Amino acid sequence: MLAQLDQIEQKALDELQAAADEEALQQWKVTHLGRSSPLMRAFDGLGGLPKEERPQIGRRANEVKRRLEEALEERSGALRQAAVLRSLSAERLDVTLPGRPVARGRLHPTTLTMRQITAVFAEMGFQVYRSREVELDVYNFQLLNFPPHHPAREMQDSFYIDTGSERGDNPVLMRTHTSPGQVRSMRFIASLYPGDPPPVRLVLPGMSFRYEQVTSRSEMQFNQIEGIAVGRHITMGDLKGTLSDFARRFFGQNVRSRFRASHFPFTEPSAEMDIECFVCGGAGCPVCKRTGWLEILGCGMVHPTVLANGGYDPEVYTGFAFGLGPERIAMLRHRIDDIRNFYANDLRFLEQF
Amino acid sequence: MKVPISWLKDFVEIELPVDELAHRLTMAGLEVDEIRFVGLPLPGSGGDGKPGQPVTKISGIEWDPEKIVTAAVLEVKPHPNADRLVLCELDDGAQTHIVLTGAPNLYPYKGLGKLEKPLKVAYAREGARIYDGHQPGQALTTLKRAKIRGVESYSMICSEKELGISESHEGVIILDDEAPVGVALVDYMGDAVLDISLTPNLARDANILGVAREVAAITGKPLRHPDYDFRAEGAALDDMVSIVIEEPELNPRFAVGLIREIEISASPYWVQRRLHLAGMRPINNIVDATNYVMLEIGQPLHAFDYDLLVKRAGGKAPTIITRRARQGEELTTLDGVKRRLDDFTVLVCDTLGPVAMAGVMGGLETEVTENTRSVLLEGASWNFINTRRTVNAQKLPSEAAYRFSRGVHPAMATRGVGRGLEMMRRWSGGVVYRGLVDNYPLPPVDSVVEIGPPEVRRWLGIDLSAVEIAEILERLEFKTVVQGERVLAATPDHRLDIGTGVIGVADLMEEIARIYGYERIPETRMADELPHQLGNPEFEREERVRDLLVNLGLQEVVTYRMTSPERESRLLPDPSQAETDAYVRIANPIANDRNVLRRSLLSSLLEVVERNARLGERLALFEIGPVFHALPGSDLPEEEARLALALCGRRQPPAWQASEAAAMDFYDLKGILEGLFSALGIEGVRFEPPGAAEGVSSSSFHPGKCARLRLGERELGWMGELHPLVRAHYELPDAPLLAADLSLAALLECIPAHIQVEPLAAYPPVLEDLALVLDEAIPAERVEQVIRAAGGRMLKGLRLFDVYRGGQTGEGKKSLAYSLTYQSSEKTLTDEEVLKIRQRIIRELEKELGAKLRA
Ligand SMILES: [Zn+2]
Repeated sequence: MLAQLDQIEQKALDELQAAADEEALQQWKVTHLGRSSPLMRAFDGLGGLPKEERPQIGRRANEVKRRLEEALEERSGALRQAAVLRSLSAERLDVTLPGRPVARGRLHPTTLTMRQITAVFAEMGFQVYRSREVELDVYNFQLLNFPPHHPAREMQDSFYIDTGSERGDNPVLMRTHTSPGQVRSMRFIASLYPGDPPPVRLVLPGMSFRYEQVTSRSEMQFNQIEGIAVGRHITMGDLKGTLSDFARRFFGQNVRSRFRASHFPFTEPSAEMDIECFVCGGAGCPVCKRTGWLEILGCGMVHPTVLANGGYDPEVYTGFAFGLGPERIAMLRHRIDDIRNFYANDLRFLEQF
Repeated sequence: MKVPISWLKDFVEIELPVDELAHRLTMAGLEVDEIRFVGLPLPGSGGDGKPGQPVTKISGIEWDPEKIVTAAVLEVKPHPNADRLVLCELDDGAQTHIVLTGAPNLYPYKGLGKLEKPLKVAYAREGARIYDGHQPGQALTTLKRAKIRGVESYSMICSEKELGISESHEGVIILDDEAPVGVALVDYMGDAVLDISLTPNLARDANILGVAREVAAITGKPLRHPDYDFRAEGAALDDMVSIVIEEPELNPRFAVGLIREIEISASPYWVQRRLHLAGMRPINNIVDATNYVMLEIGQPLHAFDYDLLVKRAGGKAPTIITRRARQGEELTTLDGVKRRLDDFTVLVCDTLGPVAMAGVMGGLETEVTENTRSVLLEGASWNFINTRRTVNAQKLPSEAAYRFSRGVHPAMATRGVGRGLEMMRRWSGGVVYRGLVDNYPLPPVDSVVEIGPPEVRRWLGIDLSAVEIAEILERLEFKTVVQGERVLAATPDHRLDIGTGVIGVADLMEEIARIYGYERIPETRMADELPHQLGNPEFEREERVRDLLVNLGLQEVVTYRMTSPERESRLLPDPSQAETDAYVRIANPIANDRNVLRRSLLSSLLEVVERNARLGERLALFEIGPVFHALPGSDLPEEEARLALALCGRRQPPAWQASEAAAMDFYDLKGILEGLFSALGIEGVRFEPPGAAEGVSSSSFHPGKCARLRLGERELGWMGELHPLVRAHYELPDAPLLAADLSLAALLECIPAHIQVEPLAAYPPVLEDLALVLDEAIPAERVEQVIRAAGGRMLKGLRLFDVYRGGQTGEGKKSLAYSLTYQSSEKTLTDEEVLKIRQRIIRELEKELGAKLRA
């Protein structure tokens, strides 16, 4: 009888392997686990067996039943999975078709560049200070050590505002740089602690205006980011270190910078900072006009007259200031060859950012 | 400023290669824009064979020492077949050649036989690379053998143009008699010209000597001063002229010398060459001498025809008077222009009237001509402000005015006159009177500055000893005295730019840093106390608005602040109604359509939409920026920060799958604004129909499709569809244009410091729909108010999901369908509780608005 059960089990398992679909599995189930299957008939015959054999044969019959049910479950699962996998292969997409477009917004490239610049300085403790665009000559020039008729004014031709009255040496004008914010901000910070002006570390972003014909290289309106640091222990070494740190953060850690003597009335000593051309690596190319260097910003130690005008005693305080042009930097980084692109607002340009 | 290296070498020894010298000057603040080679080998092309480190723009030509040499023309013969050509018998040091040329300046020697004094010339042999004299600009060419009118030609006598010295191709170069024969031309007069752009503080360097001083300082070589003495063999000058200075402030010094029996002719060739290289045109030996000295030492000179001055003085010794121009006074300058003078213009006059505009340009009447035999040579110093104002008023920039308008030290005046007289004497053969007449009423006080190691440490962050500081300053010709750790530095009498006290210290600091070398100052990080980190909340909020609008799918633009009233008047249905006097006006507009500061940001934005109309099927733009309002009684206008938005075109970008092609409408813009407010945490902004408040409207918008935005009493601005009459003024895409014009400042003020979070509900919500029929005129906002008031605390959500007109709703009615969410934070609501709230809502809707449930 036991041998017969072994035979039943073996035969059923063998046939299960051959069942390849749900129908065959049902057929198998009827044949091997159904009412009239040999196994069920073996259960039916249990009563006719000698009493002492019954437990052993009964256990064995139950075991065969359980094993066949498990095998069926397993086989059925495997077949279902195979069927799912087969059906997936028919659901193939062309993944190279374009995605559904999303109407994406963008910042203006100048905003982007200005944010990147101010972010680097913010990490060095420079806060943002903004001041007005229409200025008095006094703030735009005189307090910055450009007296009336100073030759340096020739480099900054101004748009004047018609105020309807003769204002002598203090006309109203469109600021030619964000530098008037130097004196305004120093006075503001100094006023917070009268008698003991605290240190200053600010960036002054904003629009500036020059009376210039608009060409691919010059605009009548452009942004500037001025920076100023004033304290009791600020040196020209700090100026070099801070701005070189900026250049490395902004243009890449391996970028070399150099400082050339220059002139701005509101700083002394004054310098231009160049970075090694990131297009040619310093070998010379059209972008750097074959010099290997790109002029990035003007800077210098704050002139004692400007410190004093801002409420900081030049015998006690020193400081440095710098100014850079976000559009110019964006032009260098993105190889934009025409500055007019920024304010022409052609979407074909703007949508590249 | 153009600086020939050969001239520089008169005053300082130069061992550095030219490009290296240019680099060192650039680093020291004398920016070399270009090096133009005129004969000397180009860097990287010869000698060491390695390409030079790029420094600056390099241009020019190098003269092959084998192929371009000095030579002597022995005889000039006529050409057998051509009148306009001559055949020159030429000795190039090795052999004799017959050279064909058409140079007009050789015609006078034609047919004279063997010349008594051979003509020295620059000779290019076959294969030489020179510029083509017949092509415009500078085109290199190689000399090849050819037959010209039957005569074999393979070499050339060169013009200045062919050798890159100047544009002159009138005739060939005739060198000075002393020139050797058969020597490489590059060795005789090869040169390179540095083109330096000088910042205004470097006025003292606007001359060869000044640049030489800088070269000496940065290379450590000694500076050789020019000789200011002159050989005087005439009588004493004293009685020949007198000088009256009316205002020493305007004319601190006026000195003159006199030379007679001069012969006006061309200057020696080397002088002409230097002037050409320095960018000036040679005129004659007298004018050239004044220009030469000005270029060399920076003192402009003016030459008067002395005999004409005597004639004007009625045969007596002339009296020179310097003074301001009088009301209505006029002078004809030597360019032939009669000029009306301003009261700030300083004049050089004699007893008859003005003879020169001081420091700017001489008068026509007393100028040096071919007939001049005696020259009164003026060297003076002038107030730089008056000179500058005169130059600007007369639009008369000149080399002299350039220098005077930046300041020339009065000590240079007599040096200039002395050197000028000597040059005139050598080049014109005249006799110089003894002495100068020198009126010097106002010598400047040359500042003395005290400085020492602590100041250098404090400013530059480097340690220099007093002796080192003094040594650096001495190199720039400061006179220094070291007393222990202090240095007293006296400013040399060629510069006016050193102040006193702490300003003088700053001025010296720049010089110390320049000569020490900026590159040697170590890079450090600020050790100073970190200032209070005040932040800038307003700026940060503005930036957040930008980010949110970008997230909502809008493109930022930035437009010009300057516009015109006409441009902005397009925003009105009737442009003639524009108030044009409220504008802030530009006194000197660059263009007629940029003559005021904008009063409307929306106007700028619409121009951008117009410009891009062809380009995009969907435009969604915003700008943040100021508009300007003139403030009565204030010098400065108000700068009001505003935010403008514009939408136009498809709701979704086109795609290969179905995308919503319908044009955006009022509710798209409103949705964006609601999204913005919600993201900023601003609650309760009301969109009011126009006319809700008496007399308030915005005429740019469609009166039925716009809303006024308010939060409490705060006005935020307007939004809506553009008025059809306004729309017609723009070339816009064929879709509704939605726009908003908001006060950014007001918006930023509405942003709460923090967003308050509601706890998440623990009990299940009950959802149900409510469809109402009510009068068309009742705004949705009112319906919502009633439902919320009646619903009370348990009404957690209310969303309009359908608006329907027609069918059973009836004439003048509309149907609104809402989805309501009831929820308690304390328990699960029962059906009875929900039913009570619902009935209350329905009751109130009926009572307040006459609304009926839809059947
Ligand atoms: Zn490059």
